[in-house]
Amino acid sequence: MQGTLTQKLLAKAAGREAVQPGEIVHIEPDLVMTHDHQGPMTLCEFNQMGIKKVWNPEKIVIVLDHRTPTQSTIAAQNHQLLRKFAKDQGITRFFDVGEGICHDILAEKGFVQPGKLIVATDSHTVTAGAIGAFATGIGSSEMAAVWARGKLWLRVPETIKVILTGKPPAFVGGKDVALKLLQVLTTDGATYKAVEFHGDGLRYLNMDERMTLCNMCLEMGAKNAIIPPDEVTEDFLKEKEITDYEVITPDKNAEYSRVIEINLLDLEPLVAKPYSPDNVAAAKEVEEENVVINQAIIGTCTNGRMTDMRLAAKILEGKKVKPGVRFLIVPATKKVYLQAVKEGLVEIFTNAGAMVGVPCCGPCGAYGMGAMADDEVCITAGSRNFVGRLGAPEARIYLGNSATVAASAVAGKVIDPRSMMGGV
Amino acid sequence: MKDCSLFIVSGKVWTFGDNCDTGQIVPGRYIPVTDSHELAKHAFEDVAPNFVKEVQKGDIVVAGTNFGCGSSREHAPKALKFAGVSAVVAESFARIFYRNALNIGLLAIPVFGIRKETKQGDLLEIDVTRGIVKNCTRNKTFKFVPYDQFIIDMLAEGGITKYTLKMLEKND
Repeated sequence: MQGTLTQKLLAKAAGREAVQPGEIVHIEPDLVMTHDHQGPMTLCEFNQMGIKKVWNPEKIVIVLDHRTPTQSTIAAQNHQLLRKFAKDQGITRFFDVGEGICHDILAEKGFVQPGKLIVATDSHTVTAGAIGAFATGIGSSEMAAVWARGKLWLRVPETIKVILTGKPPAFVGGKDVALKLLQVLTTDGATYKAVEFHGDGLRYLNMDERMTLCNMCLEMGAKNAIIPPDEVTEDFLKEKEITDYEVITPDKNAEYSRVIEINLLDLEPLVAKPYSPDNVAAAKEVEEENVVINQAIIGTCTNGRMTDMRLAAKILEGKKVKPGVRFLIVPATKKVYLQAVKEGLVEIFTNAGAMVGVPCCGPCGAYGMGAMADDEVCITAGSRNFVGRLGAPEARIYLGNSATVAASAVAGKVIDPRSMMGGV
Repeated sequence: MKDCSLFIVSGKVWTFGDNCDTGQIVPGRYIPVTDSHELAKHAFEDVAPNFVKEVQKGDIVVAGTNFGCGSSREHAPKALKFAGVSAVVAESFARIFYRNALNIGLLAIPVFGIRKETKQGDLLEIDVTRGIVKNCTRNKTFKFVPYDQFIIDMLAEGGITKYTLKMLEKND
């Protein structure tokens, strides 16, 4: 087999020696996931097909994470339907309200492993590429068809190679690498394509940061993002006692549609301004624009992991959130929440004046929390700042890393965390 | 029987710009809704409040680049289809929207260069099998690469749900 990592994984899944970009392959996924946002529609479509049993209950995961803790009667009804469905179908990998965000659950529970082929009814499914899997999003009807038949078609994508070199400075992480890449590629620069990461700079990005980076590749339009398994991957999986996975790596002579090099040493904390994730500027520059904020958010599948919690605590310890700023911190999973409690971080957050929420997707799209009025401004560690993403269409959303968000919450305006903590 | 009328459509144009995300097509607050007719009442609610009131069966959405980016919500193409839209023609599509649209039997057609040549209210005619979009108002013709055969087959069945049932009947 010759090719980029994505080509090799698709070739393997299709039972082929090699595949070329543009080809359509028909494959059976190793794992499929849906949640309470797209799951109810998936269930409607599945029921309309009149099929009694899913193709393979062991390959199906269902997570209730978007409208949680249960926000409305209709959400409660949707949850009820999915619970019953999981029970009737013998789907044991069912995660109820409060367990956390689906992409983090898949990674945390060890369901994502290098070489696996994963599809899920969520655009940010690409996050799983951080662990060397091929993972991409599909819609509800298609998931119903996969539940029924266990097959789907995929077009083999071209691959963009991103080479990361050097060590990132303080308060620069996966989010800033992603924003830099968004600046280069724009919001459709990777559409239909795979983004594959290489280079010695990767060793400075832990699994949390890698998940942030792969997660945000969706905002460039990527079909999937992927990091070939290395020592960081190995250590992450070893902790879960997973050692018997197949290591597949891209070929040296693989063909890439584009090669982009980023020296992490040259990066600084970046911010995406309204209303597009590719409207990127240095946090330092935005600081000079004196953007007063009403809300700050740390959480979501982009930045709700322990690395983010620790970073936020480092900045908030002994400080206070600026009066008038509502600061929401929502750990991605119950495990992250508990660890933050154990390390005393929840106490630091609460003393500083932040609010700590139940693990869920909520503040990413104002699902039961984080809603804004028209003339308000928010800085979030999430992934999207589209028009109306947090409710009111005129509300202005800035995206930044967790340090930038925490420092901005204290300052009451968008700032570069280094202005508060040093490190320039 | 294949529904041949699906493959030649015509209608009045609604124009949208670049990067129209699925949250603009159906705001996040309606995601718990699964009924397509109900979703259709909220299509473009925040960005084009007149759309639902004025859209007519067969109308065609013409948009710029990266149409349907953002969330994977199938609610977006379903809302458009059930509001009466026969096709979305855009400079380019975000991949999940594109896939979702075809899966539910809504035509999504990437046509480079069409947005700036098309105005709100123009009359378009699309020949899906031959890969031609004609702007009847301005007498201009655009070409696109026709779909792969299995997409045509799926569209002819009315979408992926019925197509899957047929495949299962054939034990495929």
